Amino acid sequence: MDTQIWTYLIVGLSFLLYVGIAIWAKASTTKDFYVAGGGINPVMNGMATAADWMSAASFLSMAGLISFMGFGGAQYLMGWTGGYVLLALLLAPYLRKFGKYTVPDFIGDRYYSKNARLVALICALFVSFTYVVGQMKGVGVAFARFLDVDYTTGVLIGIGIVFFYAVLGGMKGITYTQVAQFCVLIFAFTVPAVFISFQMTGNPIPQLGFGGSTKDGAYLLETLNELSVELGFAEYTKVDKGNLTNMFFITAALMFGTAGLPHVIVRFFTVPKVKDARISAGWALLFIAILYTTAPAVAAFARTNLINTVSEKPYAEVPEWFSNWENTGLLTYEDKNGDGKIQYVADASVNELTIDQDIIVLANPEIAKLPAWVVALVVAGGLAAALSTAAGLLLVISSSISHDLLKNYLKPDISEKGELKAARISIAVAVVGAGLAGLNPPGFVAQVVALAFGLAASSFFPAIILGIFDKKMNREGAISGMIVGVLFTICYIFYFKPQLGGPGTPDGYWFGISPEGIGTLGMMINFVVAIVVSRITRPVPAVIQDLVEDIRYPSNNS
Amino acid sequence: MSKNLKKYWRTNLRYLALLLSIWLLVSFVFGILLADTLNNYHIGGFPLGFWFAQQGAIYVFVILIFVYVYLMNKLDKAYEVDEK
Repeated sequence: MDTQIWTYLIVGLSFLLYVGIAIWAKASTTKDFYVAGGGINPVMNGMATAADWMSAASFLSMAGLISFMGFGGAQYLMGWTGGYVLLALLLAPYLRKFGKYTVPDFIGDRYYSKNARLVALICALFVSFTYVVGQMKGVGVAFARFLDVDYTTGVLIGIGIVFFYAVLGGMKGITYTQVAQFCVLIFAFTVPAVFISFQMTGNPIPQLGFGGSTKDGAYLLETLNELSVELGFAEYTKVDKGNLTNMFFITAALMFGTAGLPHVIVRFFTVPKVKDARISAGWALLFIAILYTTAPAVAAFARTNLINTVSEKPYAEVPEWFSNWENTGLLTYEDKNGDGKIQYVADASVNELTIDQDIIVLANPEIAKLPAWVVALVVAGGLAAALSTAAGLLLVISSSISHDLLKNYLKPDISEKGELKAARISIAVAVVGAGLAGLNPPGFVAQVVALAFGLAASSFFPAIILGIFDKKMNREGAISGMIVGVLFTICYIFYFKPQLGGPGTPDGYWFGISPEGIGTLGMMINFVVAIVVSRITRPVPAVIQDLVEDIRYPSNNS
Repeated sequence: MSKNLKKYWRTNLRYLALLLSIWLLVSFVFGILLADTLNNYHIGGFPLGFWFAQQGAIYVFVILIFVYVYLMNKLDKAYEVDEK
């Protein structure tokens, strides 16, 4: 069978599975809809969180990004995992004890203010919407490349599937579907990595093979360093010392951003107990770590393979995958010196090969000459990653509207049934809205990393941490902290992102911090402003101090 | 609030300080600030700084959470604030 048929088969089967689960896990109450009834097993919740977390970007783009960055790619690896330590230690158990449905719930109650809830609500909506449009785009691209349908149809199929299980099952349907999607995506990511690791180093475990030696006895990473230097690139494992401050800030922004993202936090409302929330963060990170420790190995393998396959080889003899990707325009070859061979070097005036980093994961099985079904599996995995993240985000959007805006702001007397109906309608509208935006993505979507993480780090993270650990933090402090932190971060990002129309250039960066890392500074500003303002304004009411006291203990038996 | 609960909270904060220092050390210190120096040492085919940045820090993160869960479950029981 050829790749095309395998892809239809495997992707089709995985979709059937998701729809089947959705019908089985229908939501019947608002508690089911928002937090899956609060009765999810911690290991399952760990898997669902992992699937929710690992987006199309983690699955499809990250290994490619690292492949071209070498050592520096570690900012994504540490940044997108380290936040779970903060979640498990500083947030999840307390928010679970608090026991409501959304992040704006916590902000609104803890800071006894409808305005605080509204600020949180707007941040949550903006972050989630930016993020979800990116996922829809990922679905469209994957379909377009592998299922021979156009981008628009791809997005529409994606909307259809998510619509079905999100509207029907809410968080309950989404959670069980995400468990299945996690299995599909992790299998799809590790299988080719194991094959390739074994092929190249004789060790089937990529995490070890990556530090092992190749057939000629030299260490793989040393060989890769030498190859890179020969072609004029920096050594693969070399630390870029001029960039350390920036790397520090980016890593921190991604970590604190992770711990402040509403669609991640809300996952810890779905487990029965405080101790389940703690351990469930542990399981989530363990499952995420499987992919995140495999990805850098894939990156190094792919880089070595790529250089060996194409460098100085005659263009007429390139393998089939090369021509396939040329057709998509994501890989281009221009014979500048007319010798008919491929020069792939660092010097842009001599270099003849341009490769989009996004194709590394998808092309990797083909480059390593793995069977067609493995390629098909990777496509199904990429789709699982994109769909599971999209669904989790859509739920946050829907609960922000039906619960935070409608139930707690506009129409407090709405009935349970009415709220459930409103939740279904708002998720339906959100799915369609995200899909339409995905068909024609606004410019800021490509900057999703800088924006979503920067905003989450500079708004929610300090407000929640202070809400738990600082009893004296009051409404005035938290709101002014959030507003100043977010405004600073947004202004900096828009000013220094030419893609967003900003006039700034890298020479103007403060302390050399690029927009991706500025959320860390925004967060610090938020902390300082919040603490200063809270100490000079009215103290916190006693009832709120009791609330803070209460969430600190899993249960008070005395 | 009873004295006991105060002590529970203080112990919790002590655990947090200890575990988060390790978190900071393996990622930001070993994986970024000192990575270049550590790259002079190797484990297997990995330069050490590179290993911390792309592998080791992540393993330590996972271990930290499970250690915290273990410590807190014990602490909850000792102070009788565990959920029945």
